[in-house]
Amino acid sequence: MKPVSVVEGVAAPLPRAAIDTDQIIPKQFLKRIERDGYGPFLFYDWAHDVEGELDPDFVINRPEYADAVVLVTGPSFGSGSSREHAPWALQDRGFAAIIAPSFADIFRTNAFNVGLLAIELASETVDRLVHLAATGERFRIDLPDQTVRAGGETHHFDIDPHTKANLLAGIDRIGETLQADDAITAFERARPAYRPSLEE
Amino acid sequence: MTGTTLFEKVWNGHVVDGGGSGPSLLYIDLHLVHEVTSPQAFAALEAADRQVRRPDLTVATIDHGVPTVDRALGITDPLSRRQIDALIANCAAHGITLYGIDDPRQGIVHVVGPEQGLTQPGMTIVCGDSHTSTHGAFGALAFGIGTSQVEHVLATQTLSQSRPGTMAITVEGALGTGVTAKDVALGIIATIGVNGGSGHVVEYRGPVIESLSMEGRMTVCNMAIEGGARAGMVAPDDTTYGYLEGRPHAPKGGAWDEAVAAWQALASDADAEFDREVVIDGAALAPFVTWGTNPAQSAPVTGAVPDPADEDDPVARDAVARALAYMDLEAGVPIEEITIDRVFLGSCTNARIEDLRAAARVVAGHTVAESVSAMVVPGSSLVKLHAEQEGLDRIFLAAGFEWRDAGCSMCLAMNPDVLLPGERCASTSNRNFEGRQGRGGRTHLVSPEMAAAAAVTGHFVDVREWDR
Repeated sequence: MKPVSVVEGVAAPLPRAAIDTDQIIPKQFLKRIERDGYGPFLFYDWAHDVEGELDPDFVINRPEYADAVVLVTGPSFGSGSSREHAPWALQDRGFAAIIAPSFADIFRTNAFNVGLLAIELASETVDRLVHLAATGERFRIDLPDQTVRAGGETHHFDIDPHTKANLLAGIDRIGETLQADDAITAFERARPAYRPSLEE
Repeated sequence: MTGTTLFEKVWNGHVVDGGGSGPSLLYIDLHLVHEVTSPQAFAALEAADRQVRRPDLTVATIDHGVPTVDRALGITDPLSRRQIDALIANCAAHGITLYGIDDPRQGIVHVVGPEQGLTQPGMTIVCGDSHTSTHGAFGALAFGIGTSQVEHVLATQTLSQSRPGTMAITVEGALGTGVTAKDVALGIIATIGVNGGSGHVVEYRGPVIESLSMEGRMTVCNMAIEGGARAGMVAPDDTTYGYLEGRPHAPKGGAWDEAVAAWQALASDADAEFDREVVIDGAALAPFVTWGTNPAQSAPVTGAVPDPADEDDPVARDAVARALAYMDLEAGVPIEEITIDRVFLGSCTNARIEDLRAAARVVAGHTVAESVSAMVVPGSSLVKLHAEQEGLDRIFLAAGFEWRDAGCSMCLAMNPDVLLPGERCASTSNRNFEGRQGRGGRTHLVSPEMAAAAAVTGHFVDVREWDR
């Protein structure tokens, strides 16, 4: 994962509640075995008509949001499946941060694990930011400061310090865990023998 | 000092390292793998020149992309074929047991684990699939993870986790006839909302939960994620041990006695406290039908489609209005007047043997309505075999249902089983999101009994009144 610190640019407003992962990236695009290339399929069923033509009115298709790096959206964003393809698609389409009143747990974890910021702010604040995004204000999200700036306003956000440190460092989580190899091995030796094993 | 909850006992027993204010490194007892969320994890593992630490604690099956008819023809979708071939190759390269398409143990990952006795009380279980919460029915801590975490578990057999809160959902009283575990699940979600369990592990408890079979408990825990919870759990008891004993991977002999003794100590202590508590009156639950595009948008079968104007909050009002527009439903229409085109009896929520038996009891002696196309997709190849041994297939076939091979099928429609635009389906699955079963398709979530009755009548009908 690449380190994340500051995100700056245009924000696209999509103020709908409980946008689930089937909307973010529909299942017909989950058959690929690659890690990238999901951007064109982001919000596919909303972004395209039934013939597969782009809907020019859908927010991410509008020219003023072509280079959007922030998505400002409604509560319970990312509910549903555990597909990491959802944050991959958002990133692949250029988004580096999502701002919402709340996120589904698995989506938030997946987002942070791939370096996509999932920023929770109070509903009233998100309503303000939706308005500012709709008027084309540029956003600046500063992770070290934990602030979102737009239209002359500054809003502070909370983030778990461990997650923040990981994002800033772009840490290899597996490499970090493997440093605890002795502890893992000791734990394994003490596991109850009745636990199931696939070894015949 | 107050007592400890079931969740806390399982969590505390799996902390390898860390804790305090930061996340804990948790040991994972069982890692379930399927074809959709694993290929990128294996690729990254290999790119970093890392090994699978415990192939003996990892098991894979093929479920999301498999066709449910004409399997002898192979997998004709080239992308699904490639994805499944990748899983076969990855399992072979890393020494992982795979229940492949021709294996009699093949099936939906959350049906297969319990069926093989791999899912046991007190374990930690993960899978790159949100419905991993199903396994919590055994008193395991089981939750869905993303592909980066799949890679992490493959490499280390551990996962870094911040400790969730605890939440008790107590279902009091007793269920009425015709009211099922599915209705308990939908009733809970209607009460707490799609993000109501966020940040928490739910323990389902109370007389209604205790009275459920393991299949019923799995249905309830399966949908813990639809209420936003990190996981759902039920304390193990004699029902649990009765289900497990004698299964292929269950402990045998002295190990069984040792295991049961340990499992009996897992239940939450009488004086344990939960961060949040919700009480549901089981006697007040009815057969539910979802009318909207998330699982919290449901009504009792005797109810009606709601009016967006009744919502005070603008975002909520917009959500109801959008859902009704997508579902092509008018406010105020009685649920029983909604006609359907398709019936899907399947999924990790409701495709176990008991679900098929319950649906068959409703269907027996009836015929699927002419306007309806209905299919049964057993949760596993063993469920299918078991059902055929009991003659359930003949009941369904005689009524006009299709009898398919096992897989996820039209729950998420990654295989050829897809709703056409505008088709309306009574489905025993877990998600009624827009396009979930096919673009433009309209999904109504119901119990197996309600789906079976709707197949016969062509519209929703109160199964409590069936055949009386």
